[in-house]
Amino acid sequence: MKKHKLFRIVLLALLWLSLTPAAHSQLRIEIIGGGANQVPIAIAPFRAEASLPQQVTNIIAADLHRSGLFKIVDSGGLTSVPAEPADVQFPMWTARGAEALAIGVVSPLPNGYWDVRFRLLDVLKQTQLTGFAYQVTQQQLRNTAHKIADAIYAQLTGDIGVFSTRITYVAKQGARFELQIADADGYGAQTVLASNEPIISPAWSPDGTRLAYVSFERKKPIVYIQSLLTGNRTVAANFKGSNSAPAWSPDGKRLAVVLTKDGNSQIYLINADGGNVTRLTNTSTIDTEPNFSPDGQWVIFTSDRGGSPQIYRVPVTGGAPERLTFEGSYNVTPRYAPDGKSFVFVQRNGGRFNVATQDFVSRQLQLLTDDGIDESPSFAPNGRTILYATVVKGRGILAAVSSDGRVRQRFSAEIGDVREPAWGPILKGQ
Amino acid sequence: MRKLIFSMVALLVLAGCASQDAKEQPGAAVEDRKPVSGEVKPAAKPATAPKASPVESKPIGSQPLGAAALKDPNNILSKRSIFYDYDSAVVKDEFKPLVTAHARYLTQNRAARMVIQGNTDERGSREYNLALGQRRADSVKQMMLLLGVQESQVETVSFGEEKPRAAGKDEASFSENRRSDIVYAGE
Repeated sequence: MKKHKLFRIVLLALLWLSLTPAAHSQLRIEIIGGGANQVPIAIAPFRAEASLPQQVTNIIAADLHRSGLFKIVDSGGLTSVPAEPADVQFPMWTARGAEALAIGVVSPLPNGYWDVRFRLLDVLKQTQLTGFAYQVTQQQLRNTAHKIADAIYAQLTGDIGVFSTRITYVAKQGARFELQIADADGYGAQTVLASNEPIISPAWSPDGTRLAYVSFERKKPIVYIQSLLTGNRTVAANFKGSNSAPAWSPDGKRLAVVLTKDGNSQIYLINADGGNVTRLTNTSTIDTEPNFSPDGQWVIFTSDRGGSPQIYRVPVTGGAPERLTFEGSYNVTPRYAPDGKSFVFVQRNGGRFNVATQDFVSRQLQLLTDDGIDESPSFAPNGRTILYATVVKGRGILAAVSSDGRVRQRFSAEIGDVREPAWGPILKGQ
Repeated sequence: MRKLIFSMVALLVLAGCASQDAKEQPGAAVEDRKPVSGEVKPAAKPATAPKASPVESKPIGSQPLGAAALKDPNNILSKRSIFYDYDSAVVKDEFKPLVTAHARYLTQNRAARMVIQGNTDERGSREYNLALGQRRADSVKQMMLLLGVQESQVETVSFGEEKPRAAGKDEASFSENRRSDIVYAGE
């Protein structure tokens, strides 16, 4: 247990050291719409949290609110802050409209750590639903708040929470491009690569420790893989012509990439170290935007072999691809849902580009957005939200829509444009 | 784009000079046989000696052209851009003389190397646009190979929608960005 914790602390410290804080460290988030049935929950202030540099309950409440699935009930004006279930005046919380209540305690530990513990209570039944205790450093407090929000979310919705995950995106300001990573709430942006040439197509390794991306710094598109722990990077693909569209296999050992070394844009599989190049598609047309299925058996991709860009699927071992989209003349950027049962993509309708999902079995298509120039959709690792890039009033921003289309969010940077988002994985063992 | 405008301006100046000369030979056709070498031109006019015909109709002879031709605004070789229709990589007829001229230059200068950079307008998927830009650059290369250029002399790359020349969101800007550019090694 101690060794594991030490490793985690060292891991996080390395992560912090190898990245530089971005000049503007926060994306602003705005929420539109809400879920069908929002759970009313109160987050009581945690005892002694005022002594912390950050109020964990503010972060927990903001996470739950941002999901669109919770109604945050007023938890102010308490004469005393409850630490244990016995302290809780349940009728008062019922009167305020809460069905769930989170309480907690924060205590300093002798070695500079903090003990943060919480309990989630069912207000009507007056019972405890779940509770956890964490011993963390001051630096880990924000992440701990996200983990508490994840635990509450999982308990009350039945789904895995993604509040403690990270996202990556490209920020552009004038002629300056920065590949950044940030917490899923937009906080704490750090720069992975700064460049005077474009950066596109970032892709998280399945274990969340590396990013593959395409950089034009040498005046042509080249695929790099960069460690988020050490900052070191390697060239994954730099063949004659263009190299792009990296996608990781679920075991993290291989990538699918698009190369033009043999003429036109075709999909190849390569090892993460760049070796063992094998060709997957074989046409004289455009095959691009590969994406692996969660079980690693299939690659979904965009091809205009039929005359217009449509979405196809091919076994990872090769063979004849199967066409999946038949509506409209432009369907691109397919990405598998984490459960493998559907995929998200972009469909052009007139002058608009909309985010849509399609189920593999029923082939049913659902349009999730209908009013913009949307691109680059990316599923959250619990499959409940899709992050994508769009343009509002001439500025590039990120947006998110729930997989049922009900809840929408917008993330904007203070200045400049943001594009090319990718949602990071849930990290095991944290 | 700047080179195109410069060539056109040069063209207009040349055309202007030619016609002005014809008009400003006072009496030359009637009674005065004084040779007109430019002194009748008003001082304000640029004293450019009239040259041969405009760029388009200049015959491309069989003499090998040196590198100076690539930068000569009167030479088609200084034109470096091919423009495309939406979603298309087809080289339109109006650009075939340009491609042919560059192909001829490469066949006459076997040590010369070029990169053709393909671009698209900003609409649609970035990766699909990267591939479309590549297809545009390759369509130019294919034409050159058919004209006898060696494979090793031409590399093609794509910038997709990532390095637009025109920043607007209107069709004029989009049109300008749907483009292949020819860049010679060392430029």
